[in-house]
Amino acid sequence: MARSVGRRPGFSRRAQYGIFTGYVIAVAGVVLGAILLIVSLVNPGAFSGLRSAAGEIARPAGEAGAEARAAGQSLFGAIGAYLGAGRQNAALSREVAAARANAMTMRALEGENRRLKALLGIVDPVSRPVTAARLIGSTSASTRRFAVLSAGSVQGVRAGQPVRSAAGLIGRVIEAGANTARVLLVTDPENVVPVRRARDGLPAFIEGKSDGRIAIRLINMGVNPLKGGDVFVTSGSGGLYPPGIPVAVVTEVLTDGGIGHLASDPSDADFVIVLPVFQAAAVAALNASQQAAGPAPEAPAPESSTAGGAN
Amino acid sequence: MPLPRIPVRPEDIVPIRINRAPSPWVAEGLPWITVMFASMAAFSPVVASAPVTPPLAFMLFLAWRMLRPSLFPVWAGLPLGAFDDLFSGQPFGSGIVLWSAAMLAMDVFDNRFLWRSFPQDWLTASVLLIGYLGLGALFAGIATGAPLPLVIGPQILVTIMFYPLMTQLVALLDRIRLLPLRKL
Repeated sequence: MARSVGRRPGFSRRAQYGIFTGYVIAVAGVVLGAILLIVSLVNPGAFSGLRSAAGEIARPAGEAGAEARAAGQSLFGAIGAYLGAGRQNAALSREVAAARANAMTMRALEGENRRLKALLGIVDPVSRPVTAARLIGSTSASTRRFAVLSAGSVQGVRAGQPVRSAAGLIGRVIEAGANTARVLLVTDPENVVPVRRARDGLPAFIEGKSDGRIAIRLINMGVNPLKGGDVFVTSGSGGLYPPGIPVAVVTEVLTDGGIGHLASDPSDADFVIVLPVFQAAAVAALNASQQAAGPAPEAPAPESSTAGGAN
Repeated sequence: MPLPRIPVRPEDIVPIRINRAPSPWVAEGLPWITVMFASMAAFSPVVASAPVTPPLAFMLFLAWRMLRPSLFPVWAGLPLGAFDDLFSGQPFGSGIVLWSAAMLAMDVFDNRFLWRSFPQDWLTASVLLIGYLGLGALFAGIATGAPLPLVIGPQILVTIMFYPLMTQLVALLDRIRLLPLRKL
């Protein structure tokens, strides 16, 4: 195929100027894009209004898609259940028998826990969910991991609120439009969640790896105590996420931490629940003090640190 | 690779061809509309926890540009890239830069190689798509403060393998675009 001749206007002065202007606008587009990119890298919330408006426009399509997803999953689930019904029935009967015994023990422990807390005077804030909504979209082609929620500031959703599904933590709201909100998923590298091991309370941080898995970083260095299958739940430190929400299961143990899979895959979540910020007053105070103090000071130079050591 | 043939040809929808011409709205607007719809593919039933989907909008944009070089003006990357930025989750501006730069790069390719063939188009598109995904991941990495995430390998492979299907789709859309809908 020969190349097109559409861009060779001949002797028409007007057509030549038109093509020249086109190139000027194209180069200006690159420059303008670079400027906007720098602005949005420096200030990530700069264009949130535009994005929220775009989300509002696409909301009906996303809702329809979410319903199609739920229907598709239940269809495949039904077929799968039909094929494995007999075996599953036997396995479930055994599990129920074991679980019934466990439930009795749990109830006793729960009562004991309540009594002990009352004795110590600890009062956990009662958290009533803000709203329940669907995930209606996600940035499936970008390495940033955002999802779009079908509820916004009209329903009481505010930036910073944690989002969970029945199975575990999904992420937190970072921008709230009128009827849609943008959720930063746990798998985004920007999202850091303080967690503890469900079994013994070993503290750690969870960081997204943006490939659907997450990195688990331990706070106490030393011999790595992680084992495959360890479950991590939110610890409540930081004041943002309420404690006790399952986040991740360790699948691979490294020398200084581990790699985990999400407890709750966002694609499996039919409905999600938006929770209020766990300790809003503490988070607000923390943010205010950070703003008042300015950015964190840079690492001290070697000589000043040795002087500090001598003192 | 034999692709399944669509039984109904777009031309059969409008059997009368005498005294008719393509509607200017469809003929000019369909490429823009399809690329914008592909940008909104983020609102699809799939909620992914990893970057797995190919950048459909950018692929469609490239495929239109390769099939019909004079359809999009050379500045088309500015508005379409900005629209894509609203939905893609990339930092705003990344689409504008990359789409505009891709249009200019396509212009250079067009002027440099006088004759074109499908494998050459595929190669060109692969180079541009690898650059697009790599730089997009770099910008996103700067935004999160994390170094370049090495998770786009599978996505790049899927994208390159998927590109010929995209050209097929654009070829079909082009036949729809030129349906004689307007009575003269």
